Amino acid sequence: MDILRFITAGNVDDGKSTLIGRLLYDTKQIFADQLEAIESSGRVNEDGQVDLSLLTDGLKAEREQGITIDVAYKYFSTEKRKFIIADAPGHIQYTRNMVTGASNSNLSIILVDARKGVQEQTRRHSIISSLLGIPHLVICINKMDLVGYDEQVYNQIVEDYKQFARKLQAKDVTFIPVSALKGDNIVEGSELTMPWYQGPSLLEHLEQVPVSQDFNLDDSRFPVQYVIRPLTAEHQDYRGYAGKVISGTYKAGDKVTVQPSGQMTTVKFVELGGKELEEAFAPMSVVLQLEDEVDISRGDVIVKAADGLEAAQEFEAEICWMHNKALKPGAKLLLRHNSTETRCVVRHIEYKIDINTLDHLEDVDQVQLNDICRVQIKTASPLLLDKYADNRSNGGFILVDETSFATVGAGMVAEIEY
Amino acid sequence: MTKRYLDYLDQLEAEAIHIMREVAGQFEKPALLFSGGKDSITLVRLAEKAFRPGKFPFPLVHIDTGHNFPEAIRYRDELAERLGEKLIVRHVEDTILRKNLSEPKGRYASRNALQTHTLLETIEEFGFDACIGGARRDEEKARAKERIFSVRDEFGQWDPKRQRPELWNTFNGRISKGENVRVFPISNWTELDVWNYIKREEIALPNIYYTHERECLVRDGKLMAWSDFIYQEPDDEVVTRQVRFRTVGDMTCTAAVESIAHDIDGVIAEILESKISERGATRIDDKLSETAMEDRKKGGYF
Repeated sequence: MDILRFITAGNVDDGKSTLIGRLLYDTKQIFADQLEAIESSGRVNEDGQVDLSLLTDGLKAEREQGITIDVAYKYFSTEKRKFIIADAPGHIQYTRNMVTGASNSNLSIILVDARKGVQEQTRRHSIISSLLGIPHLVICINKMDLVGYDEQVYNQIVEDYKQFARKLQAKDVTFIPVSALKGDNIVEGSELTMPWYQGPSLLEHLEQVPVSQDFNLDDSRFPVQYVIRPLTAEHQDYRGYAGKVISGTYKAGDKVTVQPSGQMTTVKFVELGGKELEEAFAPMSVVLQLEDEVDISRGDVIVKAADGLEAAQEFEAEICWMHNKALKPGAKLLLRHNSTETRCVVRHIEYKIDINTLDHLEDVDQVQLNDICRVQIKTASPLLLDKYADNRSNGGFILVDETSFATVGAGMVAEIEY
Repeated sequence: MTKRYLDYLDQLEAEAIHIMREVAGQFEKPALLFSGGKDSITLVRLAEKAFRPGKFPFPLVHIDTGHNFPEAIRYRDELAERLGEKLIVRHVEDTILRKNLSEPKGRYASRNALQTHTLLETIEEFGFDACIGGARRDEEKARAKERIFSVRDEFGQWDPKRQRPELWNTFNGRISKGENVRVFPISNWTELDVWNYIKREEIALPNIYYTHERECLVRDGKLMAWSDFIYQEPDDEVVTRQVRFRTVGDMTCTAAVESIAHDIDGVIAEILESKISERGATRIDDKLSETAMEDRKKGGYF
């Protein structure tokens, strides 16, 4: 059994909450007391059924306004997988919340209303999913019951979407006709209502989509989080480097380089909780012991000698701005990348990305809340970065305000200058 | 080539260890809040995995309401002893006396809410800048939106509208003076995940997690452990039942469930069949209003 993390973005109107409610309900993840709490609220949908969307809207303000504001995490599991749902809002003014939810997801469910077809919101959610490097997209054409389960309608929407998706870097796109309200193709199939559809139901698809290869196992990256030095009689000379293999693999005998100093040594021992491991691979948290006594501290990265990683201070990135106060060129911020923090300056705004069309808007003099822009950044100390497209776990960073310490932006490395 | 496949429990464990090490790396005076319940016992095992053969970079801290199960207290003391780690205990009783707080009265009387006072005092006393806790997002709808690094102001308040976006596995632990961070390494675990992990790791739990005979008070359809601390009305019925606890907290607000599970497999089987959520089955305090948890968290509660 493994884990699939997926995001659903959308508004109440799309039936997103109904879809999640349906997944939880039909996989029997909703407990009687939770259902009772919904029933006692008295909200039912037009069919007189319990309003499943109430399961997902957690905060008082959200229930009052009937919208999702923040990302909510939901969990369910089947025999095959544990699922973690990042339930994100769909409106453009909550783009930052969707970006947040998308950052950790392997799959994105995008809802299309069968009556309306591909809309601005469909495009926006697809573009954000693509920018955040989500490897798998599922396009659920919802409310099929309201178009008479018509195959022609479905096919037309699939065609329209494919047309648009050419400009995305989506590797794996799947289409499923569903009715979240009626439960068609969510957990069960749709033999009665849509015999023309031969593919899997949404849950079947979620259970079988391959995710193990989504981890980058080629480029070894081990950012040191903490140095273990017990200094006890029993462990007099013990030095263990604690961290997470964010990509690649490590085993005893591997020749490694410690960056940014460039010192070379060999992995002596790989362990976790005192037990030796034959090999550590992403995303394991382990301890590495090295053959030589080298000077290593938090923020250094241990890399296999064959997998080069060079330090850089200047790079270009796509950033999503997450704060009310606009970002202007010349702004100084803190930048956190894995276990490293440094100061940085945003030197230039190259262009803004229209997230409804992917068009580039030039001559932008500031970055507003929810904007996604390409910028040039220079850091005070060197960073050990990968391009986000090459290595998702080593190409993302966050921007932090120097005085309030709020997280004000998220960035994805696009081009690095060595 | 060997197939590189990480089981879901290993993935959850790796994530939790990473979070704990970020706490060790980013904060000067962290603490692990330990209650003697299964979730904080799980945190202790994760801390062993994260930091052994070194010592924990934080003490274990218990806020004792004085109404805890004696079995849980004994377990707590033995665990700290066996691990050789520092245990700090602060008592709600002392806060009540010192601050002249009024003890809650009546049918739903519980010191659970007063814990917040003692917790905030303890944070101040030791200058803790990060407190690791065992809350999970599957427990309650307000918790479903809480961050893994949850920043609290100097009153311990949680402001759901001011939460920091949390992306990838990058955690922003930067705070201003007076603020502190609550950290939840098992945010993404469910009740069942915790039990499966306890099983896999062969972790011994306080025996009240397994079936035993106990005198209980029947209240609002729930079984409350009979003790000197519980408020009894003349017509309250006291019964003897085979029960276990699904959540172990303050005796006055955590209820027992009828059970015949005498080992972990039995408990897991019962959870799989259960129709009621963990908090729904066992918590009296959540039922008091629709947003009881959200309101308590805003006031500095865990």
